[in-house]
Amino acid sequence: MGGTEGRGPRMVALCMLGVVLFNFPILALFNAPAMLFGVPLLYVYMFAAWAALIVLMALVAED
Amino acid sequence: MADDEPNIVTALEFLLEKRGYEVQVARNGDEALRMMEDLPPDLVVLDVMMPQRSGYDVARLIRERPEWAHVKIVMLSARGRAVEIGKGVASGADLYITKPFSTRELMQRIDGLLAR
Amino acid sequence: MLHGPVIVLSAFAYLGLLFAIAFYADKRADAGRSIIASPYVYSLSLAVYATAWTFYGSVGRAASDGVGFLPIYIGPTLMIALWWLVMRKILRISKQNRITSLADFIASRYGKSAALAGLVTVIAVIGILPYISLQLKAISTSYSILVQYPEVVMPDQPGAHTVGVGGDTAFWVALILAAFTIAFGTRHLDAAEHHQGMVAAIAFESLVKLLAFLAVGVFVTFGLFNGFGDLFGRAVQVPQLQAMMAPFGGVAGGYASWAWLTFLSMMAIMFLPRQFQVTVIENLDEKHLNKAIWLFPLYMLAINVFVLPIAFGGLLRFPDGTVDADTFVLTLPMAEKQELLALLVFIGGLSAATGMVIVETIALSTMVCNDLVMPVLLRLRGLRLNQQPDLTGLLLGIRRGAIVAILLLGYLYFRLAGEAYALVSIGLISFAAVAQFAPVVLGGIFWKGGTRRGALCGLIAGFGVWFYTLMLPAIARSGWLPIGVLEDGPMGIGLLKPLALFGLGGLDQITHAMIWSMIANVGAYVGLSLAAAPSAAEHRQASLFVDVFRQGGETGGGARFWRGTASVPDLQNLLARFLGAAAAEEALREYAAARGRRWPEQAIEADAELVHYVEMQLAGALGSASARVMVASVSKEEALTLEEVREVLDEASQVVAYSHRLEQKSSELEAATAELRAANERLQELDRMKDDFVSTVTHELRTPLTSIRAFTQILYENPDVDLEQRVKFLGIITRETERLTRLINQVLDLAKIESGRAEWHETRLDLREVVADTVTGMSQVFEERNIKVDMRIPERMAAVRADVDRIIQVMLNLLSNAAKFCEPGSGRIEIVMSEASGALRVDVRDNGPGIDPADQRVIFDKFRQGGDTLTAKPRGTGLGLHISRQIVEHFGGRMWVESHPGHGACFSFTLPT
Repeated sequence: MGGTEGRGPRMVALCMLGVVLFNFPILALFNAPAMLFGVPLLYVYMFAAWAALIVLMALVAED
Repeated sequence: MADDEPNIVTALEFLLEKRGYEVQVARNGDEALRMMEDLPPDLVVLDVMMPQRSGYDVARLIRERPEWAHVKIVMLSARGRAVEIGKGVASGADLYITKPFSTRELMQRIDGLLAR
Repeated sequence: MLHGPVIVLSAFAYLGLLFAIAFYADKRADAGRSIIASPYVYSLSLAVYATAWTFYGSVGRAASDGVGFLPIYIGPTLMIALWWLVMRKILRISKQNRITSLADFIASRYGKSAALAGLVTVIAVIGILPYISLQLKAISTSYSILVQYPEVVMPDQPGAHTVGVGGDTAFWVALILAAFTIAFGTRHLDAAEHHQGMVAAIAFESLVKLLAFLAVGVFVTFGLFNGFGDLFGRAVQVPQLQAMMAPFGGVAGGYASWAWLTFLSMMAIMFLPRQFQVTVIENLDEKHLNKAIWLFPLYMLAINVFVLPIAFGGLLRFPDGTVDADTFVLTLPMAEKQELLALLVFIGGLSAATGMVIVETIALSTMVCNDLVMPVLLRLRGLRLNQQPDLTGLLLGIRRGAIVAILLLGYLYFRLAGEAYALVSIGLISFAAVAQFAPVVLGGIFWKGGTRRGALCGLIAGFGVWFYTLMLPAIARSGWLPIGVLEDGPMGIGLLKPLALFGLGGLDQITHAMIWSMIANVGAYVGLSLAAAPSAAEHRQASLFVDVFRQGGETGGGARFWRGTASVPDLQNLLARFLGAAAAEEALREYAAARGRRWPEQAIEADAELVHYVEMQLAGALGSASARVMVASVSKEEALTLEEVREVLDEASQVVAYSHRLEQKSSELEAATAELRAANERLQELDRMKDDFVSTVTHELRTPLTSIRAFTQILYENPDVDLEQRVKFLGIITRETERLTRLINQVLDLAKIESGRAEWHETRLDLREVVADTVTGMSQVFEERNIKVDMRIPERMAAVRADVDRIIQVMLNLLSNAAKFCEPGSGRIEIVMSEASGALRVDVRDNGPGIDPADQRVIFDKFRQGGDTLTAKPRGTGLGLHISRQIVEHFGGRMWVESHPGHGACFSFTLPT
């Protein structure tokens, strides 16, 4: 992919993505007393989104 | 004879015919060359300053034709500088005369050229 | 099995293991075969971020807040994404400038200010005290609980003044940890402040605490319950537990707290002294960052996966609230009689706490020594430190003393204020303190305009607000200050209530404190930075920091800004005093070798580069502010004015500007040369034209002369020419003589006009008369050729000033031309006179063949004539029109021609009235 030059902006984008995913508007979507695989929805979302973000960061950093 | 100056033509025609030569007059170089095709003269008088084709060019063209090698060329010019004379000779002229010229001298020289 | 001695022995055994690892690692590092030069070790060392707070406190928070504990780990994840830009820059700067601590970094950036270094140290120490006390509390509490196995009873709170210091577990823990830390981190001085043994040890302990936590998590989730589904399924049955599963509840305060907590954690991961230490100072290779960027967040994810299950498990297991949620991690295995697991958990918690204490205390003690104590001591002339040959003992002694002091202070805080809050809240107070460093550091690496004064005031303002809104209430709530301060504000001023400044209520304490402290901090920092320009030293450092990626090698940036005199022996002595004689020699030898010289056989110059190099070496041991002072004392430095610094910095741009000017000059030169060449050509042309003119004139003269001479000779030598021919020849002679005369006259005329020597007799004349007279004069010619002349002349016309003869000359010229070119027999000439806009105009029109457009341009030139030169010899001299135009223009008029071939020509001229 892009090489060293492109990584900085891409990382910034990931950070922005994280800020959006883990704040008010999106968070409110999952703030419901529902269950997914027997686990509360909010928890599933949090950990899944977190894991996904880490995977993306790994992909960009180890390019 | 090729000259675009009518007075010169008149004078030379008179003098030459007086001496017994047959004279044919052309108004410019191309006309002269055409006339030479029909009947090659023994001598050609050329004015250097002529429209379209200068006397030098005509002389050179004459000299390019081996069958006209015997034709004598006399050049008339108002310019008398050494370089012009040299140019005239280089073009193949046998005689280069500057205007105004002495008619007697011109006739004598022509006689000489045609006598040989 | 689990009684006191066993527990204590296990604890010591573990600590011993850590020490052994550290020792081994240091040995390997000295031998040059470091075991920690691996990105995986580096990433694990960063996990020192997870302390007893993570181990015990997260569960405690989750039990009351649900996911409210997560921002502390999500925030760093987001910040680490930005590390690619921010941390790499900080790493590069720190390597280049031999930065030894956070205080060093900040002080160095703002002009190597000792005051700033001291202030940062004070803030850091005070700010971290709660955090340290938290660890002490965790260790002592976990011990107290475990020791009562198999009973699960909460221990008495030590802060209730029931236990003396001597009987307080926490006190002994503090002392033991102090000794341990001293053994870990102060065995020798390292120029770059690397503590490889410490790094190895905490990487190991990161693994231990992760393993321990995962073990408990698995036990609770799959041992006590039947997996996540079962656990949460049962939790949902309990109403208050179900409410916790969706904690935000549409209240803005919930989301706001969440956001601020995230932001706070983002700052903490950067500016906690221990994080700065392991991330920046202990970093061995910039490339390790690449792996750490995702490994470290992964670690945090892993250690948090089971927090919620454990929390709910604990709430389900201990529904009556007698067991503190902070202790679930330990009490759950205890309640299920899992002795080994409980011990493992205890060790895990111990590991987490000691890791934090060791690194944090070492980092803080370094700052205290380099940035607080040493600068003061050096300035105290009385001590005459300049003359001590070896100060390494002093430095180590200061650091050890600092470690003990910090730990005891931590314990003190614990006694004073620790029990009023849950673990997490205590930790957040420290987070808020170190967050005050964010503006000055981030501003410092991206904005050259930040000044020392701005940084000082920003820090003081932010810290002040922090103290007032967070520390004060903690102390008050523990009973050491009247509670009225909290409820009514100091001296009853409601607006200054520490928990609701200026009426901003309804927020949780941390959010409230963060808002106000950030406003004060950033406001003061930016405001004062903009108010005054940076000094020369600040400007220099600012460039070094902000432009670190744009500069060349390590020494290139700094060496240029120094001017002074020093000697190599002085510098060597200086190095020896702080690093030891052997290290000093080694350093100089390396310096010389890098420049291709063998020292001391070959001398090295004491120039700016060497001084800079020595300063860098000293900074590794003393911190940059102190190093600067020492170097300045041996070299007489001349201060650079801000102008000079700017000059040096702008040198490159000046060179560029100069070369631009050179280019401009050379292009101007080219333009001038081109102009000269053009002028030269014009002159040559004029010369040629002159030659042409002369040759043309001579030619024109020779032609009639030839005729005259020839015919005269003919007539003279041939008396027998017949009469007709004689008349003809004489006629030619006459005509040519006339022609010659005319030509000569015209040439002379032209020469006189052009040289200005002509005589002009100006009078007022009636143009109509002149024209009419001329026409009359030529009437004979017109008759001969049968040319009709029409004249259209107005009744009255203004008078003009001109030379009559000359105007006649002009009219004659025009009329004779017209006559010449008319068709004989059907010629018509029209003369029109008119008056318009201050001039009289005369038009002479003929109905001849007209003039070619090409010729129209040239007929007014000298010796140029109209008509086809092929077929008809021109009948004039070629000068007539030229002279006519000269005459007309002399009197201020114009002459021109209009003609279409085949439709005659019209010559016109004007004369001004």
